[in-house]
Amino acid sequence: MLEDLFSKVKTRASYDKPRVPKGKVSIPENLMFKCPRCGKVEFMDAFLLGNKVCPSCGYHARLTAQERIEQIADNFTFIEYDKHMKSLDPIDFPGYPEKVYHLRRKTGLRDAVITGECTVMGSPCAIGVMDTRFMMASMGSVVGEKVTRLFEQAEGRRLPVVLFTASGGARMQEGIISLMQMAKTSGAVGRHSKRGLLYITVLTDPTTGGVTASFASLGDIIIAEPKTLVGFAGRRVIEGTIRQRLPEDFQSAEFAQEHGFVDLIVERSAMRKTISQLLKLHQTGGAGDGKDSLG
Amino acid sequence: MAKTAWDRMQIIHEKNRPTVRDYLPMVFENFIELHGDRFYGDDAAILGGIGTLDGQPVTVLAQVKGRDLKENQQTNFSMPHPEGYRKALRLAKQAEKFHRPVVCLIDTPGAFCGIGAEERGQGEAIARNLMEFMQLETPVISIVLGEGGSGGALALGVCDELAMMQNAIYSVISPRGFASILWKDPSREKEAANIMRITAEDLVEFGVAETIIPEPDGGAHIDPEAAAEAIRQYISETIPKYMKIPIAKLLENRYYKFRKVGVFTEQKGVNPL
Repeated sequence: MLEDLFSKVKTRASYDKPRVPKGKVSIPENLMFKCPRCGKVEFMDAFLLGNKVCPSCGYHARLTAQERIEQIADNFTFIEYDKHMKSLDPIDFPGYPEKVYHLRRKTGLRDAVITGECTVMGSPCAIGVMDTRFMMASMGSVVGEKVTRLFEQAEGRRLPVVLFTASGGARMQEGIISLMQMAKTSGAVGRHSKRGLLYITVLTDPTTGGVTASFASLGDIIIAEPKTLVGFAGRRVIEGTIRQRLPEDFQSAEFAQEHGFVDLIVERSAMRKTISQLLKLHQTGGAGDGKDSLG
Repeated sequence: MAKTAWDRMQIIHEKNRPTVRDYLPMVFENFIELHGDRFYGDDAAILGGIGTLDGQPVTVLAQVKGRDLKENQQTNFSMPHPEGYRKALRLAKQAEKFHRPVVCLIDTPGAFCGIGAEERGQGEAIARNLMEFMQLETPVISIVLGEGGSGGALALGVCDELAMMQNAIYSVISPRGFASILWKDPSREKEAANIMRITAEDLVEFGVAETIIPEPDGGAHIDPEAAAEAIRQYISETIPKYMKIPIAKLLENRYYKFRKVGVFTEQKGVNPL
């Protein structure tokens, strides 16, 4: 019986053989991961178990919003807010509804941010995560409204906010409406802040444009993942303006920290613990200690 | 017949279109310019100071377009650096202390994109202004004189009431940038301008602007005095309205002026196609 089993495997292996074109090695798809930064090839398992960080060079690949929440939130504690909100087409821009529709089908997201609440190692917080797969996480009406409601909800319930930012900037397809989301979200951050509540921003790759110039820069504590792109203007725009090449590390998280705009750079493997520690440091003694909690 | 956005862009780029330097002596009396952000430097792209209008002291914050190349080099073509926005915020806070209304005059292609601007935190400077102006305990009125370019304009645009000069435009990105990014073809600038909905009337329709200040036929450059008089009259009528509102109510209204802007649906299963 045991012999049969072995022979079966052997036969199967021999069936596989002719399918491989000459001169090529047959490797199942997704078995290996090639790091876009250091170029090394590593086992996909090692890459995924490390939360999509390259085991060789520490390159932090982008996470989807879902993956991020799974990494940060305690199991089964995440409750999503405003799940069904979808954008419309304020300036009747040709092709915009189609583009949004196809991205919804492709990514399973309804727009570029997921918001809700959860606990992180036991500490409750409101949480938002932007997802670059959806139009490079550009901020239109839906992102603006969901982030605003996140802060309003957290203000009412006296919860701290943890927001993972990533964005290419304002969503041009929504015209001036998208620009106004910068003022709207910043206003909501301000009201939450006035109530003595904590806001932690985590800058993830890439955080730029109108999101940098609004809520992403307004955290009480600003964390960044290593090597994250953080800036206002796009690299090519600046190079076009000044007509010279920019240094490699320009607009990196390390560059931003050196210039005083980032509190701490935290590796992904330590993110959950760092956030939990910061949340705990703000749980007692301040206005945000929940003693007069409404919720 | 209403002019297209592109027609208006030609008007606001007229060589003789009045700038804030022309308007200042015609609109305000006793104006004294104040300089510097107290951190880094003094950005000539944003002018700040105190003057009076109908005897009422007001703080004026304005983006400065040059009237010729030399002036434009001084003011960096009205593209502010972070220190410009920080100067504006410092003077706005000063106005708050004395409960003096603030008038912002917007006229910029956008915040400057360069190495120094990034090093000194262009994003942070704009974000800070948005948050702080939203809570500024004194009335704020903004007027777009010509070009309202993106976040660089919005940093002086968080206000109780926004007015547009009749031919002014206000947009999330320049039509050229829009065409270049979305169509990979900057030469389709004119087409972009006309579909982006950036005119004074568009902004009133979206609830982003409240008022349109009339310009002389053909544009403000035809008769700068008349344009200045229209601006003066608008400010003179508007400030007392907002000075009467209790601060808490004023701030609540200001928040909801921006809070309400957004176009979305929460219906389940809505298919946009």
